[in-house]
Amino acid sequence: MSETVLDVRDLEAGYEPGVPIVRGASITVKKSEIVVVLGPNGAGKSSFIKAIAGLVPITGGTVFLDGKDITAAPAHTMVRLGLAFVPQTENIFPLMSVEDNLRVACGILERREIPTRIEEMYSAFPDLVRQRRTAAGNLSGGQRQMLAVARALIVHPKVLVLDEPSAGLSPKFVSMVFEMLAGIRKSGVTILLVEQNAKAALAIGDRAYVLVEGKDRHEGVASELWNDPVVAELYLGQRPRSADTGGAA
Amino acid sequence: MSLQFVVDGLLTGSMIGLGAIGVTLTYSILRFSNFAHGDFMAWGTYATLAVVSAIGATVGKVAPIAPLSFGWPLIVALVIGMAFTALLALLLDKVLFARLRSQGQAIIVVMASFGASMALRSLLEFTFTSRPTYFSRAIQIAMPVGFGIRITPDQIALLLLTAVLVLGVHLLMTRTQTGRSMQALSQNAALARIVGIDVASVVRVTWVIGGALACVAGVMIGILVQIRPFMGFDMLLPMFAAAILGGIGSIPGAVLGGLIIGLAEAGAVQLIGAEWRAAVSFIILMAVLFVRPIGLFGVRER
Repeated sequence: MSETVLDVRDLEAGYEPGVPIVRGASITVKKSEIVVVLGPNGAGKSSFIKAIAGLVPITGGTVFLDGKDITAAPAHTMVRLGLAFVPQTENIFPLMSVEDNLRVACGILERREIPTRIEEMYSAFPDLVRQRRTAAGNLSGGQRQMLAVARALIVHPKVLVLDEPSAGLSPKFVSMVFEMLAGIRKSGVTILLVEQNAKAALAIGDRAYVLVEGKDRHEGVASELWNDPVVAELYLGQRPRSADTGGAA
Repeated sequence: MSLQFVVDGLLTGSMIGLGAIGVTLTYSILRFSNFAHGDFMAWGTYATLAVVSAIGATVGKVAPIAPLSFGWPLIVALVIGMAFTALLALLLDKVLFARLRSQGQAIIVVMASFGASMALRSLLEFTFTSRPTYFSRAIQIAMPVGFGIRITPDQIALLLLTAVLVLGVHLLMTRTQTGRSMQALSQNAALARIVGIDVASVVRVTWVIGGALACVAGVMIGILVQIRPFMGFDMLLPMFAAAILGGIGSIPGAVLGGLIIGLAEAGAVQLIGAEWRAAVSFIILMAVLFVRPIGLFGVRER
């Protein structure tokens, strides 16, 4: 059994006191795994993942990263602790160049390591090289998502956490983004993602959890979950959405 | 019409521009209009004056540096004054703005800055009286430089100082990690935290830059015009006009906006009379915003 990178236990979180959105959710992510969190609209998937990243106040439970308790760590310390988060929308600085978007995220790296790291990101995401001087706001949807992921990876995170990376993208870009994530995992990076697009996410994932009303209700091997009757039932009698329209959650 | 207005305009424009840098940074990073910014200028100037007097009292009379009207004590005092003004801005943020900002209503912070402005100004009047004072009473001879323009050595030195400071701040903003963090924070505060930027420390840098430059602008006014408790408050509208004209958040924009307003005011003084100069600069502001609502260097978010 490989080592656990991220261990979330009985997490409770919400924006307002007394109104929890996440109600006792537990998941684990092991090294070099892709773990997918699925769930119907309004299940609290996004709040769950944002709470782990320090962006939604946590009212109960614990988050361990590599055995270290990061439950109370402020959002800006997460990259230093080894957790890099890619938000669903507004995940780039639109008025800064592509290169400055990468550079501004390098605060925790050694100064001499930064140019090498930027070049490594360009070779991993060749589409970005030609646009290095372009304002990031001028990139296409798929390229923005690439830049956001490159920005997160540049600091060698122990775990890459993504909130609906396919949301709002056209079908062509959706498959591109999932291929990109599968490739990143091959290089040994651990990935946790929340997704509406269940079919595509399960296709690249190792394990998946189904979150309903803020609580993890089911866990399974990703490839088996698609035909799992329990999952269909948890989605209120429907199949998990396979449409690739993305759609905002 | 004499071209003298160009020199006068560039000087006024430099003072406005240096102040407007602080205004535009506070607005784009902390998202509020700081009405106390003018009073940072005045406090910085009085602090510099106090240090000059203290040096004078300790080491006796110091001869001015060749063609200039002032000697090394003013230069040393300016540096101390800049540090003092930066600390004043940090202190005001800690005791007043930071608490109100956390409640998330910009208008309350703006009103608080208005109150702070009045309180700071009254304290200056109470301590130093409202009588104008000067760094030096020496009269400088303006040198003719052609085209009917005359300029004093002090004026040349201060224009150069402005150019150096503006270039320095511009390089800081575009070439350093601190500057990129400031840009990031102004564009998306939540994402700035996600990429590991400590918002509190960037906010502190913003106040330090704004405060220090306000002090320089104030001391320029003190050297070229006079020192009064209202000196900064009177610059407030031109500074805001310059920041908006140049495009909120843009350092080159704030400076260019300052120069345009300075030149417009100086030209208006010559052409139609001093009492209309404020009106002229605001007509220019409105005309520019009519054509380009985001200001000259402003960028629309995409």
